[in-house]
Amino acid sequence: MTSADFSIVLPEFLLAVYALAALLFAVYTGKDKTAGLITWLTAGAFVVVAAIIASRVAGAQTAFNGMFVDDAFARFAKIGILLAGATVLVMSQDYMKKLDLLKFEFPIIVALSTIGMMVMVSAGDLMALYMGLELMSLALYVLASFRRDSVRSSEAGLKYFVLGSLSSGLLLYGASLTYGFAGTTNFAGILAVVKDGAPLGVLFGLVFMITGMAFKVSAVPFHMWTPDVYEGAPTPVTAFFATAPKLAAMALFARVLHDAFGGISSDWSQVVALIAVASMFLGALAGIGQTNIKRLMAYSSISHMGFALIGVASGTVGGVQAALIYMAIYIVMNIGTFAFIMTMQRDGQPVTKIKALNGYWKVSPPKALAVLFLMFSMAGVPPMVGFFGKLAVLQAAVAADMTWLATAGVVASVIGAFYYLRVVYYIFFGSDVEPLDKTKGGVANFVVLIAGVVMLVGIVNLFGIDTYAMTAAEALVR
Amino acid sequence: MDYVLSFITFLPAVAALVLTLFLRGDDEVAQLNAKRLALFATVITFLVSLFVIAQFDPSNTGFQMVEQADWIMGLQYKMGVDGISVLFVMLTTFLMPLVIWSTWDMKVRVKEYMIAFLLLETLMLGVFCALDLMLFYVFFEAGLIPMFLIIGIWGGANRIYASFKFFLYTFFGSVLMLVAMIAMYMDAGTTDIVALMAHDFSTETFSLLGIQVVGGLQMLAFLAFFASFAVKMPMWPVHTWLPDAHVQAPTAGSVVLAAILLKMGGYGFLRFSIPMFPVASHMMADIILWMSAIAIVYTSLVALVQSDMKKLIAYSSIAHMGYVTAGIFSLNQQGVDGAIFQMISHGFISGALFLSVGVIYDRMHTREIDAYGGLVNRMPAYALVFMFFTMANVGLPGTSGFVGEFLTLMGMFQANTWVAMIATTGVIFSAAYALWLYRRVVLGELIKESLKTIQDLTPREKWIIAPLVAMTLILGIYPALVTDLIGPSVEALLNNYNAALPTETVAAAVTH
Repeated sequence: MTSADFSIVLPEFLLAVYALAALLFAVYTGKDKTAGLITWLTAGAFVVVAAIIASRVAGAQTAFNGMFVDDAFARFAKIGILLAGATVLVMSQDYMKKLDLLKFEFPIIVALSTIGMMVMVSAGDLMALYMGLELMSLALYVLASFRRDSVRSSEAGLKYFVLGSLSSGLLLYGASLTYGFAGTTNFAGILAVVKDGAPLGVLFGLVFMITGMAFKVSAVPFHMWTPDVYEGAPTPVTAFFATAPKLAAMALFARVLHDAFGGISSDWSQVVALIAVASMFLGALAGIGQTNIKRLMAYSSISHMGFALIGVASGTVGGVQAALIYMAIYIVMNIGTFAFIMTMQRDGQPVTKIKALNGYWKVSPPKALAVLFLMFSMAGVPPMVGFFGKLAVLQAAVAADMTWLATAGVVASVIGAFYYLRVVYYIFFGSDVEPLDKTKGGVANFVVLIAGVVMLVGIVNLFGIDTYAMTAAEALVR
Repeated sequence: MDYVLSFITFLPAVAALVLTLFLRGDDEVAQLNAKRLALFATVITFLVSLFVIAQFDPSNTGFQMVEQADWIMGLQYKMGVDGISVLFVMLTTFLMPLVIWSTWDMKVRVKEYMIAFLLLETLMLGVFCALDLMLFYVFFEAGLIPMFLIIGIWGGANRIYASFKFFLYTFFGSVLMLVAMIAMYMDAGTTDIVALMAHDFSTETFSLLGIQVVGGLQMLAFLAFFASFAVKMPMWPVHTWLPDAHVQAPTAGSVVLAAILLKMGGYGFLRFSIPMFPVASHMMADIILWMSAIAIVYTSLVALVQSDMKKLIAYSSIAHMGYVTAGIFSLNQQGVDGAIFQMISHGFISGALFLSVGVIYDRMHTREIDAYGGLVNRMPAYALVFMFFTMANVGLPGTSGFVGEFLTLMGMFQANTWVAMIATTGVIFSAAYALWLYRRVVLGELIKESLKTIQDLTPREKWIIAPLVAMTLILGIYPALVTDLIGPSVEALLNNYNAALPTETVAAAVTH
């Protein structure tokens, strides 16, 4: 480990040191009494690390003989992951306190999984990929069953663990096949081998790896775990699941396909396109019958992943850029919506039935309006920013001569619009049966409002996301 | 005055923002303030829009008062008007103050109601002014949100069904257009409408999933745009959302829907389909003419048997839109002039008809025709106004309805005599359903107990309807007001269309 390598992994290293230090600190001092403090500290650490990453402008650097890559693409994804993680931590506190779940382990496990995600998106080698992925996943399994006295939460954790291990196994199998036939685990090495057509074994390996990664982004047909885990896990954990790991997994998806298999995009783009279509439609159709808003959001995110995968499937710079724009917008929408779900309470108890929103506009008009913006944004109706995410991926698909994919996408988006409208319908059209509590103050309320405003204000210039995403995509696709 | 179009477009939105942020409470005073601010904003918008029409030079067939700025993702913010769009802008700014004023008795969630209408005005003006494909799409689609809320929150008993149907139907139509727009962007490398009009989209036949697509990219894009505009118009057979939406929408919502929102479809045909896909338009013209003829006869017959007044007028609107599509796809000067005229005139007439229904609905809370009868005995002024607009709807010479119908029929006659013949029967049917409606609601003895205390038009209602009467008459007597404005632009549109056709098709069309 030379000092040059060290300076490249500095952000991950700092975060790891912080996580361990915070763990020791909490164990030897007040334990759960320090939980609030540690939550804030962790969020602060995330922001600091994000700032360190943002301050790096140098092009691509590799460390540890190509195991670890630090380029504009990785930086974009890492900053998104860190900021999403920080926001989720901060907005979850009130909710966790109410359920007596405010334990010091929560922010620390989140920090550990975040390190895993950062390694994932920087992976330049199959080994680094697997290490990052497993660090993230193991931490997430624990988080899913964080509310251990609840049967559903334990079930969620167990289900996630069993299915997640299976997918890790598939991914490993694919990785070993690839290694066997390509003779190297290094992405650049694999790219050189498959330059003039991939051996059959590598193709097999690629398919297994796509399976494993599709599981992590919860794309159809590897989505089965999503609704149960989303529903069973405590809402803050669900909020975290729906945001940072999704971005990390999507970035990894793009990273592997382009960095290691960039030369044979014709071999994988059809596969990814099919997964995308299946995800969009299943997410749109299966969400219609849901009565629980967390399950609804699970299907919604399956559908959104399908859209982001359109960008990946097109296999171009524009496609990766579109996928990144889409994911960035998706994360803001989901953070806002989950912040809102956390504030859904009746007599101080959390409620997740969609019906409970009946007549909500009377309870809190500003929040109701913010949710209206969020829902229309998710449905992809202009002028909300969600539309521009969809526009970006559709453009990428058409530019890559996959107009059929774009057409399938818009049809799915119309079907999906139904359940977003249904939420709006309960909030605004319904007459109140048993109104929810009016929750005052609190970070979550604030986050809902901010996210709502962002949905509308973003139309001006998308906060410059599109240019950052462009730089990131150009770093990845060569 | 460089930014006059942006100014009128966004002024209502600014007023809506002010209402959202600064108006607190829901008491009488707050409600009145909300209404006053909304009325004030729409009146100012109208007054400023007078500058637009004053500055507008009809002899210039290009776009005027153009504003341009860069936007995200390679798109641009570009606004401008030409002879085809300027009148729609005027129609919108003219009607909105009347619409706001007509809701003066509103008591439920007034602030939100005003916000919805103000936003709707911004989006409608944006549609007519936008000169960038994506900007147009943003305005076009965004208009669904306030209308969805207007129907869903303030609508009638079956409002949920109607609002969902309205949203999903029109949303589905438009997303296909979105894909076509992206394909056009990729083909031409720009989303600038002016540049796209000059771009030749390929008409080369290619094979899609084993099907030979005659007309190539132009045909596919034409069909995608057609899906969107035909739903919006609405054309038979995709019109079924409109009667539901109209019946359930509150009066002001119906007025806006009939008078302005429907016109977006016709405007779209003129702005996109014909100039950008001339060959495909030529190939599809006959089919669309026949569809229009069917629409006119079929929906007129359906209107005849309605028992709900709003539904009857909704079907009548669809029939009148049939003249518009037939006029547009006659693809000659009279037809297109007539179609635009018909759209403007229908804006006044259908708006007034829905307002008239609203007047008695406010008093009796029913739209059933059977619940009325003999209103003339207690409401002479109302009987007169309703008579006037019934006649205008039928197309009585001297009203604007006649000019529109006559011109479109003349255009149709040149393009396809059979279609013109069938469409002309629609005039008779429209007289049948409109006069029968009038007879059942207004004439006869006043025997219903509940109607014996009904009051005639209030001064406010008279003042709202008076400008509409005036416009209907003025345009009926002196139609050159409109045709002089639109004539040169329409002529340029048709010249470009004819120039874009391959020479043999033009020759065939001439000898035909």
